[in-house]
Amino acid sequence: MKILVCISNVPDTTTKITFTNDNTEFNTAGVQYIVNPYDEIALSRAIELTEGGKGTVTVINVGEAANDPTIRKALAIGADDAVRVNAAPRDAYFVAKQIAEYAKDKDFDIILTGRESIDYNGNQVAAMVGEFLDIPSVSIIKKLNIEGDTATIEREIEGGKEVLTVSGKFIASCAEGVAEPKIPNMRGIMSARTKPLAVVDAVAIEEVSKVTKYETPAPRGTVKLIPADQTEQLISLLHSEAKVI
Amino acid sequence: MSVLVYVEQAEGKFKKSVFEAVSYAKAIADQQSTNLTAISIGNVAEGELKELGKYGASKVLNVSADQLKTFVNQAYASVIAAAAEKEGADIVVLSNSFSGKGLAPRIAVKLKAGLADGAVELPSNDDKFAVKKTAFSGKAFAITELTSANKVIALNPNAFGVKENATDASIEAFSADIKQSDLGTVIKDIVRATDKVSLPDAELVVSAGRGLKGPENWGMIEELAGLLGAATACSKPVSDADWRPHSEHVGQTGIAISPNLYIAIGISGAIQHLAGVSSSKVIVVINKDPEAPFFKVADYGIVGDAFEVVPKLIEALKAHKG
Repeated sequence: MKILVCISNVPDTTTKITFTNDNTEFNTAGVQYIVNPYDEIALSRAIELTEGGKGTVTVINVGEAANDPTIRKALAIGADDAVRVNAAPRDAYFVAKQIAEYAKDKDFDIILTGRESIDYNGNQVAAMVGEFLDIPSVSIIKKLNIEGDTATIEREIEGGKEVLTVSGKFIASCAEGVAEPKIPNMRGIMSARTKPLAVVDAVAIEEVSKVTKYETPAPRGTVKLIPADQTEQLISLLHSEAKVI
Repeated sequence: MSVLVYVEQAEGKFKKSVFEAVSYAKAIADQQSTNLTAISIGNVAEGELKELGKYGASKVLNVSADQLKTFVNQAYASVIAAAAEKEGADIVVLSNSFSGKGLAPRIAVKLKAGLADGAVELPSNDDKFAVKKTAFSGKAFAITELTSANKVIALNPNAFGVKENATDASIEAFSADIKQSDLGTVIKDIVRATDKVSLPDAELVVSAGRGLKGPENWGMIEELAGLLGAATACSKPVSDADWRPHSEHVGQTGIAISPNLYIAIGISGAIQHLAGVSSSKVIVVINKDPEAPFFKVADYGIVGDAFEVVPKLIEALKAHKG
């Protein structure tokens, strides 16, 4: 079984998000980067599925050389090899096209991503790669089991879940529940330094979208504190002032 | 040129988030001085389809092929894209629901369209077609210009609101060729908790954290949510400890929500949690620690022990409801 896992290089979850250059660029000063947490879940499941010589896991990232430490982290967690498509990721369409171009003649059985990247919150790449490769895509999955040629997948729907099967090649975006994120051990960290990391050129594609500006949410007013023994006052404020109940 | 909106059905019915997407798509059609067509796939009765006219759809395409009775991501995307092409629709709108998130990117690729998902406002009414969407898990918004000729927008629930716009909708049967290779996924089972409000759609949410001390103490949270008609949610440590299911985890690595009211009980308000709930319209925080960071972003707060405050709140709510 050959599995490809797409990983994103994202700001650590504790990052305070600010912008520069008249709010047109994300302020990268002092930002620590990590493997997108959902991609780590996807990677961890891929490793579980291939453990014991049952297959190989390749990770792919679209980005510049500054992403290499994040890619090495994925290798330390347990991927066998890595590919970086050498280009600044413009938007999900661009990233998905690059991944599809790389994957189209490599015969991967399964491609996994995280449910979304925690920076642009796209949740677009998996389904776009699926479309470019003309294979089924399943978004926001909670469980993934493989038996023979058939995968049984549980995906989230509003107020419940859906269980489905898919035979043959497919791509899925993974959410919590698919696997516990693996933590790299010392052997993994040591071996990550020598595992193959190939760098390939990007293909040119037309632009379909661009971010022109960022905004941060408007700050809220000062909190109105209500004494703990006057809960009826809170109910009355929510009813007549905030008008939400 | 026209606007096409995909109206997702669940068991033959449309939810509020669908009427919201129709209202939003109608407002875009008005901006563009064009008509709004809706497309429904699956088994929906004519009376329910007619409802879409109430929010501004002047035509409803009804796809009722047997193979499409239940959701098949790939085939649904093909049918919606085919409808967009046939109708000459250059703007496709969907709800940013779990299924919408799977469909929108495929439709975008088929139509070579830029995609704004998680949209929270109407596009700018100029040649830029810039859409404000959530980014950095609720910590910011990105103004995204869709530069392609075709455009796809997935609207966040609760972002625009339902707006009535009475139109008499004509209903037309629509069929598209379905490739066998588009039917690769097969649904085996659907489990829906019908007695509970679904979290992403919920207008009111009651959420609790580690301050509750253990899963056995969720009875009062469920009771409060039940009285309000609210969905229940939790913080990450709570779902990590398996006190509550992962589907209830809101925050940066869980789901982002934007209800009208978010009540946080025993949650300190770490930056990752705030990211997922900061676009809630009104936030109430109940926490015994007056220094909890959550109070800084709350509209109303009670400093007190959840085990004392919540039962009193339940009593007060019962009295209010009479």
